[in-house]
This record gives sequence, C-alpha cells and structure tokens, in this order.
Amino acid sequence: MIEVVWFCLVAIMITGYVVLDGFDLGAGVIHLFVARTEQERRRVLASIGPVWDGNEVWLIAGGGTLYFAFPALYSAAFSGFYLALMMVLWLLILRGISIELRSHIESPIWKPFWDLIFGGSSALLALLYGAALGNVVRGVPLGSDGFFFIPLWTNLQPGPNAGIVDWYTLLIGVAAFAALAIHGCYWVILKTSGDLQQRSREFGARLWWAVLAFTAIITFFSFRLQPNIAKEFAEHVWGYVFPLLALAGLAGMKVWSARARDLSAFLGSCLYLVGMLTSAAFGVFPYVLPSNGSPGAGLTVTNAAAAEYGLYVGLAWWIPGMALAVLYSVFVYRHFAGKVADE
Amino acid sequence: MDSALAVHRLHFAFTITFHYLFPQLTMGLALLIVILKTLALRTANDHYNEAARFWVKIFAINFAMGVVTGIPMEFQFGTNWARFSRDAGGVIGQTLAMEGVFSFFLESTFLGLFVYGESRLSPKLHWVSAFLVFLGSWLSGFFIIATDAWMQHPVGYRLGPNGQIILDSFWALLLNPWTLWQYLHNMIAAVVTASFVMASIGAFYLLTDRFIEHARIFVRTGVIAGTAATILMLFPTGDGQGRMIADHQPVTLAAMEGLFETSTGAPLVLAGQPDTDNLKLDNPIIVPGALSFLTYRRWETEIKGLKDFPRDQWPDNIPLLYYSYHIMVGLGTLLILLMTLCAWWLLRGRLYQNRALLWALMLAMPFPYIATTAGWMTAELGRQPWLIYGIMRTSQGFSSRVSAGNGLFTLIGFMGLYLILGILFLFLVHREIDHGPARGVQ
Repeated sequence: MIEVVWFCLVAIMITGYVVLDGFDLGAGVIHLFVARTEQERRRVLASIGPVWDGNEVWLIAGGGTLYFAFPALYSAAFSGFYLALMMVLWLLILRGISIELRSHIESPIWKPFWDLIFGGSSALLALLYGAALGNVVRGVPLGSDGFFFIPLWTNLQPGPNAGIVDWYTLLIGVAAFAALAIHGCYWVILKTSGDLQQRSREFGARLWWAVLAFTAIITFFSFRLQPNIAKEFAEHVWGYVFPLLALAGLAGMKVWSARARDLSAFLGSCLYLVGMLTSAAFGVFPYVLPSNGSPGAGLTVTNAAAAEYGLYVGLAWWIPGMALAVLYSVFVYRHFAGKVADE
Repeated sequence: MDSALAVHRLHFAFTITFHYLFPQLTMGLALLIVILKTLALRTANDHYNEAARFWVKIFAINFAMGVVTGIPMEFQFGTNWARFSRDAGGVIGQTLAMEGVFSFFLESTFLGLFVYGESRLSPKLHWVSAFLVFLGSWLSGFFIIATDAWMQHPVGYRLGPNGQIILDSFWALLLNPWTLWQYLHNMIAAVVTASFVMASIGAFYLLTDRFIEHARIFVRTGVIAGTAATILMLFPTGDGQGRMIADHQPVTLAAMEGLFETSTGAPLVLAGQPDTDNLKLDNPIIVPGALSFLTYRRWETEIKGLKDFPRDQWPDNIPLLYYSYHIMVGLGTLLILLMTLCAWWLLRGRLYQNRALLWALMLAMPFPYIATTAGWMTAELGRQPWLIYGIMRTSQGFSSRVSAGNGLFTLIGFMGLYLILGILFLFLVHREIDHGPARGVQ
C-alpha cells in the first residue's frame, strides 16, 4: 500500500516537473519563431529567468525521490536508457549555460549564438522527454537480472528488438514537442504584450490543432500497443477521470485563448499535461517499467520499491519538505507576477 | 582490472572532480558574502556593499557552472552505477532526495532574489536572501557528505535476502559519526578556497594599483577568514577525520602513510615513494614516532602496516592514494603558514605594502583547489576496493549492461563539453575581474 502512495508521489513530482519546466522549455522552443528582435528575445528570457532554475529542481528532487522509493526502477531505467539520458544531460548543460551566459556580453554574435543553443536544446529535450515516456509505455527488454540496455534505434519498429527511437516513441516525442511548445506559447502570451504577444497568439492558435490531432493519434496507438492500458481502464472505470481532465484542459485552451483569457488558457494547458501524464501512469499501473518481451517480467510498483521502513520514514520528511518547496515556489511566482518589463 | 569498471570509475571521478571546483568556491563564498553584507549593514560603509556586489557576480557564474555540472552527478548513480543503486538506493536515496527537497528548492528560490533582487528588496531582506542561499548550500553539502560518509562507514542498515541493503535506522544514517568530521573538514575547506580566492583577487588589485579600497577589504576579509579556516582544517577537523580513518579503516591509514611494516612508534613520512612491488618506501624522510603520536596521542602505540592486512583488502591504487594524501597535507601546511604570516603583517598594519606577501597571496589561488581535490581523492581512493566499506566492492557496483565502449564514449563527450565550459568560465570570470567592483547599485 505504501508503495502505491509513493507511486503517486513520484508521479506528482514528474508531473510537476513537466508542467513547470515544460513552459520554460516550450518558451525556448517557440522563441526562435515568435521573438524577432533582441528586445523581444530578452523579454522571453526575462519571463523565465527567475523561475527556470527552480523548475529544474523538480527534476532533481523527483529523480531523488524515485531513487529512494523505487531503487530497482531508477537503476534499471537510468542504465538501460544510458545513451539517451547522457544526451539529456548534455542538453540540460547547454541549455542552462545558454540562459545564464547570454546576457554577459553585448555583441551581435554572442547573443544570437546562445539563442540558437537555447532553442535547439529546448526542442531536443522536449522530443527526448516524449520519447522517454513512449519507451516506458511501450516497455523495454528487461532481463532476468532486472536490467536492460537498449540501443538508440534499430529498425524503428516497437517490437521486442526496439530501440529508444521507434515510430511509436518518435510519435510520442513529437506530440510532447507540440504540447510543450503550446504550453510555452501560453506562458509567453501571459507574460508579454505587444507584437510578441500577438505573434504568440497566432502561433498558439495554429499549434492547438496539431496538439488536438496528436492527442487523438497517440491515444489510439498507445491503446493498441500496450494492452495493459485498456485492461486497467476496463477494470477501474473511475480512471477515465484522467483522460477527461486532459480533454477538459484541451477544450479550455481553445476557448480561453480565443477570448484572450491568458491565465486561464495557460492553466488549461497545465491541466492538459496533468491529464495526459496521469492517464499514462494509470494506464501502465501496476507496472512502472513494463517488459516488451515477456509481459510478466516487468518492474511493478511492488517489486521495484524500497523496503517499508524507509518508505514510511520518507513520508515523514518528504511531506513537510515538499510543502516548504511549494511555499517557496508560490512566493517566487507571486514576487515575479505580471508582465515582464523592459529594463 | 575489468576495463568497464575502470571506465565507470573514471567517468564518475572526472565529472565529480570538475563539478566540485565550483561548489567548493560557492559554499565558502556564500559565507564570506554574508559576512560582507553584515558589515555593510553594521557600518554603513558602502564599500562593503560594493565588495559584496562584485563577489555576487563571481558567485553567480560559479553557481551556474555548479548547477549544470551537478545534474549529471545524481543521474550517474543510476546510469553508471546501477547495481550499487539498486542495492543501496533505499538508504542513500534518502539523503540524496533530501538534498533536492530541502536545499535545492531553497537555494534556487532565493538565488534569483539574491543575484538580481538588490534593487527591489530592502537591505535587510537582501541580507536574508543571501543568508538563505548560504543556508541552502551548506545544507546541500550536509546531505552529500552524509551520503559519502555512509559509503565510508555504513551504519543503520541490515542486509536483505537478495543482497539489498535495507535502511534500519534513519537517525543512525543522518547522525553517522563519520559525517560530523567529514562535513566540518569539507565545509571549512570550502571557506579556505573562498578566502584564498578573495584575498588573491584583492592582492592582484593592490599589486596593479586598482580598486584600492575594495582590494583592501578583499585582502583583509580573505586573510582573517583564511587564517581561521586553514588552522581549523588541521585541528580539530583534520585530526578528527584522521582518527575516524584510524579507527574504522586501518588499512587505509597504512596505505595513505606508506606504512608497510607494523611498528610501535610508527614514523610520520614527510616524503618518499611507495614501491608496491618490493613493499617498501623509497628514499623516505621521516619523523620517528610521530604517526603513532598524532594518531593515538602516544609515541609508542603500535600501528599496523600494510603487510599485516590481506592483499585483497588493500586500496587498489596505493601510490596515487599516498601522493594525494601527502599533497593535501603538504599544501595544507603551506597554506596555514602563508595565511598566518599575512595575518601577522595585517595585524601590524603593513600587509598592504608588503609586495612579496601580496605576490604570494595572488599566486596561491590554485593551491586550495588542488589541496581540496587531493583530499577528496584521498577519501575516495582510500575507501577502495570498497564501494560501500566492508559491504560492496567497487567491482560489484557498476552498471553491468553499460559496456566500456559506451562509457568511454560519454566520458569523452563530457571531457569535450567540460573543456568548453571551463574556457567559457575563465573568460567570463576574467571579464568580471577586469571590470572590477563598480560603485553604486546596478
């Protein structure tokens, strides 16, 4: 039972990371398209400047939480996806320094260079995160020792010899790219004004149709590819609340952005991401990392969990610790609320 | 040696060594900045605020480097050390997760206010933000040291049926006696690094006749903090850490000291090269009896030499361990001498005119970095051949599915990326130093 609690808490951490770092990744993805002048680029960066580092801490804290609650999952997944994860690390490094170093030198070469690195690394990260999620839903070739190693790609088929990139995981990657791009778009709309905001509105309006299409396509293929999803939803009908959340968010994005209710549209997009991720988590449960070779061999919420004592002790510090962390976040977001101003 | 094992060890060693060049400065500097900001509040001398502002800029560049090179560290427990993580994650995952939850959220929240918020906050609130960044970074140090201390001296656990290591007592894990000495020794080392960097930049400005008022603050603050910190490195923290090793890792002590023969009144080796083929120390310069005295406070106590431990318990790279330890201790001694000399001249009011000492201070900047790195190499090489002392060997911990070739590929990738980071870092820090402390709020 305590394992299920921790499954939910880890899911909350990962969802929190995607929703929070998602908008600054998305802002990075779209800023090359919607921000034309140096001043506009600076405004996009100023909108995420005070918060992106804190958003990324959700990844570190979420990784740490996963590590101690489900050590077998953490070690299997991180070593199995070795090559992709190392790329994620390199991209996170490049992205971090591009944000921090851009403003140090006034030069027509220096800034556009870092803008390119910022946009490119954000885009690749969005793709890789999506592909990672696709891998978890599809399953991996877990061995009897509980470990695996998966190449970057093989024949692009999601069969038992699949690589990290196959057509299905690539599809999820592109869908994640679109979802985070629109998420970042609503953030930029919320935090800016003038031409930049107008261009972002138009961009977001077109992107919404892509997000809608991808939602339908990935839902269809995920149900076909991972039989556990249909089984879980059939056995626990209440689980439909998660995809309904995603649909509500998606509808809200359309309705509110059309009426220029920018905060609501952004929250709609948060809701959409929460709904999609929780649907995926619900769909693979009780697996945390299914096996694509022999269905019974997957890592589950029970066989991947740490021992009970540690999990109970963990609750005692994790809950107050995260309550504090949420308080800090509320404080920062309120302190930097409103449109970004030019310095 | 299995080549995959060697690659995974080098992978972690390289990335952690590069990473730790930055936190060792920011953790120490956070304290010194809090001191400068406190002096600014107390004295209404605006030079202190300008000095603090300059160091905040250096801090911010170092912090950014520390963050981006820090993320790979947590990931590598899983990517490169999967068997270790699977078996020990239930224990050390606790402290690593606590670091994220308790210190990184705190640090990242207040860092923005601290670095960019001076104009929008009152002086007192800005001081508070500096203090919280300091607190966050020292908490982070605690959880990391608690993790390493558990690997050096595992406590509060029991072994499960499949070899997993199960947490048995949370408080034993957090209050590990090894943690206390290692934490103090390490955090004071961070203050040593920051003091030398501050004093060194101050000396550079004095010697080049620029920013004289600020430079004197830098030299004064650096020398006072540095004198206290270098002495505390030796006693009680270095001494306490040494006795931990003597009590719990006696074979490590023998290897660090190059002691092959068990002896009563064991000598302290000042210099010499360990010859592991012939099991002796070449051309040693020794102080008779001193090792026994320093370790057990008695000149006659017996200390066991390497020959009396089974070969498979020996640290696997004795010369490197021996050199690391002696470099740490040798540099540590020189740094104490230099700082005390500077403090003496400062007390007499003539340090700012003593060009020889200012030259020495300026050139000393790399040495605390080298001493700290050598200290960590001593700790980690000394733990070998164990990954978790007495429980799991290093050869049992790495990711069995990640081949040497894959590991080497990403190691070379990191080397290239970190070379670029290092060049960018030096370039940006050079610009800030060249620009110097400016007047007024920016």
